Amino acid sequence: MGKLSRVALLYIGAVVVSAVVLVARGPFTGLRWQYVVFLGILVIVSESRATQLRKGQLTWSPSSAAMLASVVLAGPVGAAIVGACTALGLRRGPSILQRVFNTAMYALSAYLAGRAFLALGGQVGLPDEQSFPGIIAPFAGAALVLVVANHGLLSGVLWLTRPPDGTPSGVGVGLSGRLLLSDLGYAAYGLLIAALWSVVGFFAPLLVLIPLFVARWAVAQFAEQQKAYEATVGALCQAVETKDFYTRGHSDRVSRGSVMIAREIGMRSERVEAIRYAGMLHDVGKLGVPTKVLQKTGKLTEEEYAAIQLHPMRGLDIVREIGFLDEALAGIMHHHERIDGRGYPMGLAGDEIPEFARVLAVADAFDSMTSTRSYRGARPVAEAIEELRKWSGTQFDPAFVDAFVAALKREGWLRSEAPVIAADDLATVTAQDHDDPGAPLRVIDSL
Amino acid sequence: MSDLAGRTPAPSSREMRRYPWQVRDSGQLLLVVAAGVWLVAAVAQTAAEGLQDPRIAIAFGALIAFGEVLRLNLPGDRETAPIGFAGALAYALLINVGTKFVQHSAEQVVTVAAIGMIIGALPHLAVGRPARVSGMAVRLLCVACVAYIFRPLASNSAVEKHWGLAVTLMTALTVLALLLEAVLTALLRVDEQRARFRVALVDEMRVQLPLGAAVGASALLIAFAAEVMGLAALAVFTAPLLVTQVAFRRYAGIRATYLQTVRALAKVTEIGGYVEAGHSERVSRLAVAIGRELGIHEPQLLELEYAALMHDIGQLSLHDPIPGGATVLVSRQDQQRIAELGADVIQQAQVLGSVAEIVRRQNEPYRDTDHAANGRAEPYQGSRPPLSSRIIKAANAFDDLVGSSLDPGRAAAAVQRLRLDTASEYDPATVEALSRVVNRRSILL
Repeated sequence: MGKLSRVALLYIGAVVVSAVVLVARGPFTGLRWQYVVFLGILVIVSESRATQLRKGQLTWSPSSAAMLASVVLAGPVGAAIVGACTALGLRRGPSILQRVFNTAMYALSAYLAGRAFLALGGQVGLPDEQSFPGIIAPFAGAALVLVVANHGLLSGVLWLTRPPDGTPSGVGVGLSGRLLLSDLGYAAYGLLIAALWSVVGFFAPLLVLIPLFVARWAVAQFAEQQKAYEATVGALCQAVETKDFYTRGHSDRVSRGSVMIAREIGMRSERVEAIRYAGMLHDVGKLGVPTKVLQKTGKLTEEEYAAIQLHPMRGLDIVREIGFLDEALAGIMHHHERIDGRGYPMGLAGDEIPEFARVLAVADAFDSMTSTRSYRGARPVAEAIEELRKWSGTQFDPAFVDAFVAALKREGWLRSEAPVIAADDLATVTAQDHDDPGAPLRVIDSL
Repeated sequence: MSDLAGRTPAPSSREMRRYPWQVRDSGQLLLVVAAGVWLVAAVAQTAAEGLQDPRIAIAFGALIAFGEVLRLNLPGDRETAPIGFAGALAYALLINVGTKFVQHSAEQVVTVAAIGMIIGALPHLAVGRPARVSGMAVRLLCVACVAYIFRPLASNSAVEKHWGLAVTLMTALTVLALLLEAVLTALLRVDEQRARFRVALVDEMRVQLPLGAAVGASALLIAFAAEVMGLAALAVFTAPLLVTQVAFRRYAGIRATYLQTVRALAKVTEIGGYVEAGHSERVSRLAVAIGRELGIHEPQLLELEYAALMHDIGQLSLHDPIPGGATVLVSRQDQQRIAELGADVIQQAQVLGSVAEIVRRQNEPYRDTDHAANGRAEPYQGSRPPLSSRIIKAANAFDDLVGSSLDPGRAAAAVQRLRLDTASEYDPATVEALSRVVNRRSILL
């Protein structure tokens, strides 16, 4: 967390104090300790095996099930104590302050859930045949309160401790949607634990643990595979680029630029992911263009120009079979179309051009201009922005140019380094860059 | 055949690339017939006796159908229906619903499960997906086994009174059902893919273990929970298992995308004119078939497939394409350089370390008898190349010689040529496995 602002400290302090006060008020009489102890152990186990989300900034564990079981079996105060057991999770990573906040947050959320359960008419204690289905509504209310309180309190602290230059939308992404839903899904296990206790005793939570850990395992596997996948796509794209080192890193930067635009215009996170891969893969078809055409310094013949114009189609041929990339495919195929209809390969104009393609076109041209080419040095960012504005409305979609400029102002641009040519480098040198709007390809006039 | 379908890329090219060894085998037929006969007998019996507790039967049937609609593809193109399977097992293990003691027969369990599965399969058929009858037959047989053992015991008062005994018995039966599923599925895969049974069984258990544990636990959970919650247990339990299934779906999805992407990007060498069209794909298929023949386990088989797909990726770094892309025809130094460059590319990904190693050593001779004659100053260091490298070496050489031709004479000649080189270049066992794979293919032509 680093250095905290005063507001953030106040916020954490408020959460901790309210948790302590609410739990200390009791009542402790009639508290069923056997449930609290057993479910507390369950929470400690789940917390010790928590899953890392997003670069270790957040972790996730299925402990909500145990807290909700304690809401039913032991009431608000018992639930708060079970929630506070998260502090004992054997997990390296969180600092003391983070641990304190987490503990207070869970205790507070569980307490509120317990209150909600009572308010909606739930009965604390072992549920029996008469409890169903009447118990479901108060339980669902408690689950909702627990999850919303947990996510709300966490979002608050993340927002208050965000890095000053960080992306504003980034905070909400990891917490929203899917995570919230899956937390609610796991919450249902809480009712199962409570209900089964009367039938199979302490065997109930053990039985319930298995599906939870399996789900957790699948989530971890997914994260691992996704990381591996990204690394592999990156490496393969780099392999395609090694042929020409003036364009090395181009795919990666276009990908980043496209993501900046996509975030700026508020695309949904799945689409942002798709455009990230589209950016990485947008030029794979360039391999189909013969090296001698890419290296040619003079004017291109009609055939050679046609070969270059075909590269988006070639790219499409390669990536077509990758299942998830539907919208990305359109982006790759049309990333050289122009708003005025004079682009290639189809000559689409205006809104006919898929949104992804219009985004890619801006990022693609910008990176080309700010990178060193054999026939010119890298141009400054300001100059490249000028150039984008100049072609805005004819070559580029003005909305995306504006979005890109706004994102650039805030986030800056990690430009490519000037290439150092090693003597034994196998790479060839592109003499003309088809992406560069400032130096259009020169084609021999057929007339 | 249904099994290998997931390993071929686009629907358009799938038809053309179907090899004759992928025909539906007799084992599947036998299994489906066995399940069918059992089912007919069970339906007849149930019809004669009438349906016990129709409300409960309908609720479980609906759950099974719902689970069957939400089938899940696990890595390695295994289709499962976790929710449906758990629902059917729970119905077989049910003792009480609320305070009511249930008395349905084993035949009724089979009937309800089968009807649920068939109804759940209809939407798949409607959108043109294969019915996957063999998977359903396996699930039905497992459920039937549990039902025939447990239903007579369920009415025993000892089981009803002592939860410890009931828990032990039901847990044991659930484990039995899951083991049986693994064995039957492994037998099917042996039949379809010419894998070895022990290898297939171990692979099957490894893939199915996590989800199987969740399915078994969920089945027990519903069966117990029904006693307290009544039929509400079905609704309460479905939500969590759905979440688990979503997590698995995403995991399986990214695995599939990963393979598709590597397959697609391996084609850049073809588009760039470095290798003949379809070369990487053919080498990888052949390599995987040989690997299976040699009893390689699935995780290593996947690495072999990746390595085979990308074995020529190093050519991208060459200034000019090799004419025809046939690496078997260029000098050994060039071959080695391509392999090194390719391995470097793969190494960049950091996660594919062993794949990079396989690609790096794909040209090393099996026995380095005469390094001077082979154009190297030094003999290869240390151990023999990994088995996967040896397989790719043979598969690659075979494909360079035969290409996309399906002429059995040409294939036989190529195998013969590789066989003559087993003294030093190629691993004799690998060449024999290759020969068996190729023979199977030409017999069936």
